[in-house]
Amino acid sequence: MAKISMKVNGKTVSGDVEPRTLLVQFIREHLGLTGTHVGCDTSQCGACNVHYNGEAIKSCTILAVQADGSEVVTIEGLAKPDGTLHPMQAAFREYHGLQCGYCTPGMVMVAVDIARRLPGADEETVREELYGNICRCTGYQGIVEAVMAGSEAMQTGVLPLKEHH
Amino acid sequence: MGQYGIGQPIRRKEDARLLTGNGRYTDDVNLDGQAYVYFLRSPYAHAKINEIGLADALAASGVIAIYTSADLIADGVKPIPCEANAKSLKGVPLFKPPRHALAFERVRYAGEPVAMIIAETYNEARDASELIQIDYEELPAVADTSRLADADAPVVWDDLDSNVGLHWETQESAVSEAIFKTAYKTVELDLLNNRLVGNPMEPRCAVSHHDAQTGRTTLYAPSQGGRRVINAIAKDILNVPPQSLRMVSLDTGGGFGIRSKTYPELVLMVWAARKQPRALKWRADRGETFVSDAHGRDQSTKASAAFDKDGKILAVRNETIVNVGAYLSENGAILAMMGGGKIMGTAYDVPVLYFSVKSCFSNTVPTDTYRGAGRPEVNFIMERLIELGAEAFGISSIEMRKRNFIREFPYKTQMGCLIDSGDFPGTLDMTLEKGDYAGFEARKAESKARGKLRGIGIGYYVEGAGGRPFEEMRVRFEKDGKVKIFAGTFSHGQGHDTVYSQLLNEYLGVDASKVELIQGDSDTSPKGAVGTFGSRSSMMGGVAIKRASEAIVEKGKKIAGHLMQTEPTKVTFKDGVFHGGSSSVTLEEVARAAQDPSKLPEGLEGPLDESYYYERQGESQNFPNGCHLIEAEVDPDTGTVEIVKFTAIDDCGTVLNPLIVDGQVLGGIAQGIGQALVENTVFDNETGQLLTASFMDYGMPRASDFPMIGIYFNSVPSPTNDLGVKGAGEAGACGAPPALVHAALDALKGYGIRHIDMPLTPEKVWRAIQAAKSGKAA
Ligand code: FES
Ligand code: FES
Repeated sequence: MAKISMKVNGKTVSGDVEPRTLLVQFIREHLGLTGTHVGCDTSQCGACNVHYNGEAIKSCTILAVQADGSEVVTIEGLAKPDGTLHPMQAAFREYHGLQCGYCTPGMVMVAVDIARRLPGADEETVREELYGNICRCTGYQGIVEAVMAGSEAMQTGVLPLKEHH
Repeated sequence: MGQYGIGQPIRRKEDARLLTGNGRYTDDVNLDGQAYVYFLRSPYAHAKINEIGLADALAASGVIAIYTSADLIADGVKPIPCEANAKSLKGVPLFKPPRHALAFERVRYAGEPVAMIIAETYNEARDASELIQIDYEELPAVADTSRLADADAPVVWDDLDSNVGLHWETQESAVSEAIFKTAYKTVELDLLNNRLVGNPMEPRCAVSHHDAQTGRTTLYAPSQGGRRVINAIAKDILNVPPQSLRMVSLDTGGGFGIRSKTYPELVLMVWAARKQPRALKWRADRGETFVSDAHGRDQSTKASAAFDKDGKILAVRNETIVNVGAYLSENGAILAMMGGGKIMGTAYDVPVLYFSVKSCFSNTVPTDTYRGAGRPEVNFIMERLIELGAEAFGISSIEMRKRNFIREFPYKTQMGCLIDSGDFPGTLDMTLEKGDYAGFEARKAESKARGKLRGIGIGYYVEGAGGRPFEEMRVRFEKDGKVKIFAGTFSHGQGHDTVYSQLLNEYLGVDASKVELIQGDSDTSPKGAVGTFGSRSSMMGGVAIKRASEAIVEKGKKIAGHLMQTEPTKVTFKDGVFHGGSSSVTLEEVARAAQDPSKLPEGLEGPLDESYYYERQGESQNFPNGCHLIEAEVDPDTGTVEIVKFTAIDDCGTVLNPLIVDGQVLGGIAQGIGQALVENTVFDNETGQLLTASFMDYGMPRASDFPMIGIYFNSVPSPTNDLGVKGAGEAGACGAPPALVHAALDALKGYGIRHIDMPLTPEKVWRAIQAAKSGKAA
């Protein structure tokens, strides 16, 4: 067993883990933060994405012990404490970027990361950036629109609304 | 009505919860003292089990129990039944081999569960499974669909002398043959409809526990409405009273048809929970999900069409081999006939149809209903025949379609579907206009300048939605002002909470925020509930909600009349308010009065709580249809096919919520494009091993596989249900594959390539180009 401690969603947490425990297992099983999902065992689906020291990573690809001393934000840490959605979350809702919701936490975490790294990224870039995230329900269209609109909202504070034909 | 009623693109009620990590999926359930389950699965596709040695495994650390089929049989657990029924022309019924939840005497596919290990931790259960000693005697295996019916193919079931579990066919073999002999032109095609793995993003998972005090067992598992599943487990398999079992499905991470089944693991989780004092948890990883979910499609077809001199279809012949896998899953053996055959002919008038299906066993994972279940397959076949016909006549495929479109409704298909409505020529024209068909040549020239071959392709589809012909819904007004809908349909991404709220808003004027959908619990779902598949929830559940609402209004009028001292027959209801003479009273007030016996007229009991069991007349389904238009660029050097333009016009009948219907269409398109472009389930034909059992090997469509897709509707409300709705979920899975294949073949026209089987991977396309260049075009 190894003692670890890290900051998760702004709070310091610690735990005793087996060295083989993955970060995602620590988050889900030890901390009970079940918003982060597991969709595969080959690090391809991206359902497990969290922010690790400010960057999106697949939390199934690192060990909990590696994350000792780090700062982690999960999907639970994105909205304001009063429940106000993060602009990217609001964009996913506005553009119907989710159906079953299973891929969603990972998608949103990656989306926020894309918006931070590549503000104003065009459609093609967004689609390429989403390569590591699989969604089986939406056909990605709503997700891509949400990432672009959410990214704009993160910069300007105003979420462009979806138009309907 | 108003802002929140039918037709509005209401943003979903369920989203805030799912977007903030507050969804609750089965893996998020952990019960006190739970033990962990691991299923040991067969490494062989076909083998005799001579002996199973458990001693070492039972002695391993943390092991609580290990079960094999011997334990099930000793306990009287019955095989999982297959409800499907069909007969050959000679009256020979479908062969239904027993499917025990754990392999009995033989294993018949790689991945079949053989033993159930229960231990203190997941790792201990898994480690112990490696100590189980099984003496397997390997037998020859067969996986290749087109070979299954061959005389020399290894036979999966000794009870049969071949792998054909059923040869189902229509009477028209001789008649159609005669027509083909004298027809002006005929075309013929062999094709494979590739096997697909549904892969909902949530892996398989289940939690169960038995309460010794109440004698009840609860199963938590993702489903598409668990009432049917848990009843089958109780009545047909475990032989226990249905009320002693309960199934709860929390948030479910995708279903696509395949998550509606009575799987062996679910049976075992319930059964073992009744043997163990502990709660049990099983969580499959993705690899295990690949072999434990039923697969979809997998058909090999020889199809042909005969035309008169005007290019009008005279007859179609279709001979299909369906690979049902090693055992019969629920509908695997009949979906080619009942799902596909019934609408064969699709958008076209086919006066004579010979339709033959051989449902064949193989040493592979069982197949069953997956997004479209038989309809994508026949739509693909019909569209290919139309294109080949157009080629034979030297006319455009648009013209060919128009010469053969069904134009009068209702239209009875050869196998008895009554297509109720549609505007096929109008939908096609609208697609050409929205997709700027006229501008294609200019875009093609532009692609050519970049070294790319651009092609354009159409997929017109008709499918039959609605599934089983009954569903029950209950609407209840609560003391606290909430209105609960108790449903047995099950939203696992389709946004029922939102759409059903819109219906109550429309019919009762209830504020959507007051509506609460209670679903996913066999204890609270109405008795007549079936579940969600085949785009049936709005058509069946929606109509039941409408009629339950009408019953609420009827009862409400009596109460309102009593409150307003007006004859109930003179009371009217509009936008949530009852009117009688000059007085009025809101539904909310009436609901409150209904909770108070002193305010009720004599003989009437509160509260406002009405159920409606809706039974559709006969087999009348509804027939979503539409036209998908794709432009694709092929790189002649690499064989890569890229979709550069996509326009879809769908007739989903009345659109209740365009945001959600768009989403359904887009999701179906992604799965259709997945099938046409990247998804393939590959077995080693010698050993029967599944070679594509991870996201490393199985192509899942990604965001970068699509352009922005133009989604439009040409709605013709269905005249056969109260809401006028048609399905939407299967549209894309039916329309996109032929459109994509036609676009690619159009791009490759210069090489004289006639057909390439899906998926159109770069390798396949490149090989076809090389073969064509060396004079061996397919
Ligand atoms: S669970 Fe981490 S990528 Fe799939
Ligand atoms: S919303 Fe279901 S997997 Fe993306």
